[in-house]
Amino acid sequence: MANCLLNHWLSVLVLVMWLGLNVFLFVNAFLSYEKGDKYYYTREILGSALAWARASARCLNFNSMLILFPMCRNLLSFLRGTCSFCRRTLRKQLDHNLTFHKLVAYMICLHTAIHIVAHLFNFERYDRSRQSTDGSLASVLSSLSHQEKEGDSWLNPMQTTNMTVIYMTLTSIPGFTGVIITIVLVLMVTSSMEFIRRSYFEVFWYTHHIFIIYFIGLGIHGIGGIVRGQTEESIKENHPYRCAEFFEKWDDHDFHCKSPQFEGNSAESWKWILAPGVLYFFERILRLYRSQQQVMITKVVMHPSKVLELQMIKRGFSMEVGQYIFVNCPSISYLEWHPFTLTSAPEEDFFSIHVRAAGDWTENLIKAFEQQNSPIPKIEVDGPFGTASEDVFQYEVAMLIGAGIGVTPFASILKSIWYKFQHADHNLKTQTAGHAALNFDKATDILTGLKHKTFFGRPMWDKEFSTIATIHPKSVVGVFLCGPQALEKCLRKCCHQYSSLDPRKTQFYFNKENF
Amino acid sequence: MGQIEWAMWANEQALASGLILITGGIVATAGQFTQWYFGAYSIFSVAGVFVCLLEYPRGKRRKGSTMERCGQKYMTKVVKLFGPLSRNYYVRAFLHLGLSVPAGFLLATILGTACLAIASGIYLLAATRGEQWTPIESKPKERPQVGGTIKQPPSNPPPRPPAEARKKPSEEQDEAAGAGVSSGPQENPIPVTDEVV
Repeated sequence: MANCLLNHWLSVLVLVMWLGLNVFLFVNAFLSYEKGDKYYYTREILGSALAWARASARCLNFNSMLILFPMCRNLLSFLRGTCSFCRRTLRKQLDHNLTFHKLVAYMICLHTAIHIVAHLFNFERYDRSRQSTDGSLASVLSSLSHQEKEGDSWLNPMQTTNMTVIYMTLTSIPGFTGVIITIVLVLMVTSSMEFIRRSYFEVFWYTHHIFIIYFIGLGIHGIGGIVRGQTEESIKENHPYRCAEFFEKWDDHDFHCKSPQFEGNSAESWKWILAPGVLYFFERILRLYRSQQQVMITKVVMHPSKVLELQMIKRGFSMEVGQYIFVNCPSISYLEWHPFTLTSAPEEDFFSIHVRAAGDWTENLIKAFEQQNSPIPKIEVDGPFGTASEDVFQYEVAMLIGAGIGVTPFASILKSIWYKFQHADHNLKTQTAGHAALNFDKATDILTGLKHKTFFGRPMWDKEFSTIATIHPKSVVGVFLCGPQALEKCLRKCCHQYSSLDPRKTQFYFNKENF
Repeated sequence: MGQIEWAMWANEQALASGLILITGGIVATAGQFTQWYFGAYSIFSVAGVFVCLLEYPRGKRRKGSTMERCGQKYMTKVVKLFGPLSRNYYVRAFLHLGLSVPAGFLLATILGTACLAIASGIYLLAATRGEQWTPIESKPKERPQVGGTIKQPPSNPPPRPPAEARKKPSEEQDEAAGAGVSSGPQENPIPVTDEVV
């Protein structure tokens, strides 16, 4: 439990800070529109819906600003590199970029919903007060029109009684852009559902690029100045607290209260999204540049069960264990980049990936390499990314469990351990590494020279854990998993069951590494 | 792109549109907006509810296993009853298009109209590619066999050729996603002895 908290305190801190900022911005904007004198007359017509709309708009700006940062993976790599003196838990936080991106996206959806509902009420109220003839303050304010000689004194954007809310929405810039970017948001969300992402990745990948429309639309959304407040000078002449109740007399020339003047708020979204937009643009340029560097394929191995191994060299490429690269094959698809864990050790003079056929792109890749007669397809590589899996080396005894293609990160680690043994690396605490391979149809001897057990079929975890606990008393065992969720639950249970607080017995620490 | 089942995305989109329609209908009714009676409650919430119920059971994928939505088996039975009307995606495409039109007259539900119309378009695309809605049937639960997959270890010593080269039938594993790190003998960069220090 303490170990769990120790590993996750930074995530919790980041989340709390983010939520706190959201709450602060929301409340701050809400109060300024709900209580501010400037919007007294606007509130006469709109009520609290004004404040709700503006507060959620502020949060939308904030979250739209944040959402692009986690996607700048080269920037994150740079941060990771420059902070190499930082504790690893800090740097590992950067690996949770996708989770953060999703959280921010959910928050954007929530605030979009609040914003739209509030504006529905706003438009309805503007419409109603424009239509009303009861001579109330709201209707008087609504009748202040564009044609007033004293400049821009209009408050209600719906100027004629024939105008419907739908017409208003679709013909004004904020309304039209609002509808467009909401539709874009809905499309992005539905195509990013986990089921769609895992089964039909291309739908997700290509659809998600309409975020460009979202950002452009968001930038333009505030133009038009429909949200209006009283001008500074007008407040001096007509302060709401003094003059609001005498609104029938505003037209009298001798009366001390004149008609109020209003001005629209200028667009402010662009101020929030300009910096991340530019940063992300540079990120994409950088990815393009890095991908243009030549990658030489030195060896191609076709393994059973349709697994392709590619060994490559690229100038200036250096990696650490557990990192991953993005691979693109222009002859299959110009635009798609797919991540693969590196299976080679840093000590080797090449880097390699193992690709399993798991969808359109991977199958096409394997087919392209299987053909003996045609030239080898060109490959582009971006990376490496991810925090190195150094934790494995900190445990005296490490249990690495990989299911299916999930053994790939462990291949890298085990090979590296092997090299470190050979070079008598004293920083290596690991004395023993046991490795369980699931669902293989043959024995895999990854490394000879290390004591390992080879199994056929699904291991019985209880037996495994009790055996290890008996063989290695008084030691701390790190259990590392790269595999499906069901296996994670089972292993966590076993870790708790076979761990003992007694220092004479074994302690198992479960780590779900982010591979 | 060849293996994309557009109907799956259309399904997500239609479900989302249904929810948006319901929300818009509730807002318009609760706020007593102008012309809310135009169907805010009767059409949009009803249309929204109808769309949600129809789209909730996820169809079966052509290849691979499909993740069911929580509790969808009850609605699957109901949707199955309509036979070809629910199987055929052309029917769904035009149904959704029809349902989306009345919602376009009220601002609160116009977003639902747009989203449902897009879902209808994607369903049309799916239908032209011959996709069909097949219900996910529940299979009887198999008792997990502990230790059942452990078979006899091989009789010949390493290095052993891969399973395909061996004559004896290799074990049938479900989800045999073997990621063989090396096939056959490993080429060790440095000569290796049997014992580790």
